[in-house]
Amino acid sequence: MNIHEFQAKDIFRRYGIPVNNGRIAKTPAEALEAAKALAAPGHTFVVKSQIHAGARGKGGGVKLVNTPEEVRDVAAKLLGKQLVTPQTGPEGKPTDQVLIETTTPLSKEFYMSIVLDRAAAALCLIVSEAGGMDIEEVAQKEPEKILKHHFSPSQGLSAKDADAVAAKLTLTAEQRVAFSKIFQAVAKLFLDLDASLVEINPLAIMGKGDVVAIDAKINFDVNALYRQPEIAAMHDPRQEDSREVEAKKFDLSYVSLEGNIGCIVNGAGLAMATMDIIKYAGGEPANFLDVGGGASKEKVAAGFKIILQDPNVKAILVNIFGGIMRCDVVAEGILAAVEQLKASGELSSRPVPIVVRLEGTNVDKGKQILKQSKLELISAASFEEAAQKVVAAVGA
Amino acid sequence: MSILVNKTTRVIVQGITGTHGAFHTKQMLEYGTKVVGGVTPGKGGQQVEGVPVFNSCQGAVAATQANASVIYVPAKFAVAAIKEAAEAGIALVICITEGIPAMDMAKIKGWLEQKKVRLIGPNCPGIITPGECKIGIMPGYIHKPGPIGLVSRSGTLTYEAVWQLSQRDLGQSTCIGIGGDAIVGTSFVDTLKLFEADDQTKAIVMIGEIGGSAEEEAAEFIEAHVHKPVVAFIAGSTAPPGKRMGHAGAIISGGSGKAESKIQRLQQAGVIMAPSPALIGETMRQAYAMKYASRSR
Repeated sequence: MNIHEFQAKDIFRRYGIPVNNGRIAKTPAEALEAAKALAAPGHTFVVKSQIHAGARGKGGGVKLVNTPEEVRDVAAKLLGKQLVTPQTGPEGKPTDQVLIETTTPLSKEFYMSIVLDRAAAALCLIVSEAGGMDIEEVAQKEPEKILKHHFSPSQGLSAKDADAVAAKLTLTAEQRVAFSKIFQAVAKLFLDLDASLVEINPLAIMGKGDVVAIDAKINFDVNALYRQPEIAAMHDPRQEDSREVEAKKFDLSYVSLEGNIGCIVNGAGLAMATMDIIKYAGGEPANFLDVGGGASKEKVAAGFKIILQDPNVKAILVNIFGGIMRCDVVAEGILAAVEQLKASGELSSRPVPIVVRLEGTNVDKGKQILKQSKLELISAASFEEAAQKVVAAVGA
Repeated sequence: MSILVNKTTRVIVQGITGTHGAFHTKQMLEYGTKVVGGVTPGKGGQQVEGVPVFNSCQGAVAATQANASVIYVPAKFAVAAIKEAAEAGIALVICITEGIPAMDMAKIKGWLEQKKVRLIGPNCPGIITPGECKIGIMPGYIHKPGPIGLVSRSGTLTYEAVWQLSQRDLGQSTCIGIGGDAIVGTSFVDTLKLFEADDQTKAIVMIGEIGGSAEEEAAEFIEAHVHKPVVAFIAGSTAPPGKRMGHAGAIISGGSGKAESKIQRLQQAGVIMAPSPALIGETMRQAYAMKYASRSR
């Protein structure tokens, strides 16, 4: 789960990680007021759009200005609009609030993050003197500029190890102490709060030599939210696709994509494979949707409803591997769901061809049930044929 | 032979009195698995499907000489259940439970290694040696005994692949679902090592997906140590970056975890890639025929 920059910075403050003074504003008037309250001699203002995506600067979502009035004007331009950055997709994400901070010129920018290294089952502190840039580009072109230090999640990051990493950087004695403290604080908050990523880019040395986290990004492990109620409360559904939010209510795993073929599949791996095979057949999947290994009637019905909310969907492919759940039961579930949607008008108002491919336990019985129904479902004998038929149905 | 489980494996079910635990206990018994006991704290003395329930793993092991355990308890209690099984002396623990925090797995993984306990999963369908022993939630009847070892990060996609193999009369030595989480107990490499050493296994199917670097590590191992034919498929070629595709581990973060680079690395290691998820069985049929028909000629 993502949180906003201002929320991450509030967490930073609590852990003693230095950040600039800032205030959040939801209207241009609030922005003006915030800027007036923050104003300090020798400082300029920065106005930052609060969305769950990176590369905000490139999308015009981060502006440096000099006066509170300019802060207000920039806020007016950002608030209530969709901000499009290289990481948001073409529809962008809504700027519901802006963060206003006072700042001074940066003299040097570093990068730091802590991530979970899956292969090592350990945490990894990553630091680079090439801050403020796309770290993956740095990793690719100049890997020698990246320092990595693994540490155990059971023991945390020791002061000695943090000092040793800081000692490898070009810093004054005072800055080394500050960096080491920041590394330790980030490690502590990572473990305390069940983060999956904490990134500071840039971690800057200011003109006067002090160290400040200019940006803050924290991702959290959704599996651990049950024991992090304070973090769970920071969830901002407006930053997510509305259908993804809706799907979560039904305990479905749904991801919206750009294409026009809706997919209903049981199991995450098979759902991904279904997206792939549609693409190989020349089509474009409209979504990833896993209705769970069991493919219960209720979940299949909920899946149809969510997919039909997507105006781009021109056809639907249902791909179910009936394992423990028998295909005849699944077939009846599909029929019940389709009938229910026709009765409620959700399907009849918008005729969408539905291709069904069943495989597994009692598959013949399942196919028979679909064949005998009055509903016009297109039956497919194989995985490949299903993809071809659904692609043909959208006329791709 | 097979790997890890066979007809002598004695299994206890942790969480046997829950809906899933009870249902799958029945399924496992019907398949012929030796389910010798179950564990639910406070429910010792009861029976589920004729299987005695114990209050603790220790009690269950003492009474039944179980050597494997399967876990169906909710995510909040799953790590404690894994620990309890390991402390009771069980050397093979299969955790079906989905939704365990990654940090908890990171913390327990090293501890399990020190205790020499093998964990399969979490968030996995389990392990099956066809005709002998099924531990987990997979439909038993799609499997057939035979020469193909199968290892996968997925559930239903694994069934799909098994089905394709069985339809072509390619039975399986053992099939393992290693699980879809970021941190899992048993890796592709661990499983490949076992398959390479197993006499019954003549060829290997590996099903990976986007996210992490487990497939790249597998490629490195295959290049150096695996002499049996390996057919692979990587799910998620069309997945966009930054979106978690159901599995906690299936996410392209930044530039890493892409299907494309995994496929490239596997091909470089001599792995035969199935061009589509519908062609996993067929690709193996051809690879198998090429390797073993030419030798017999």
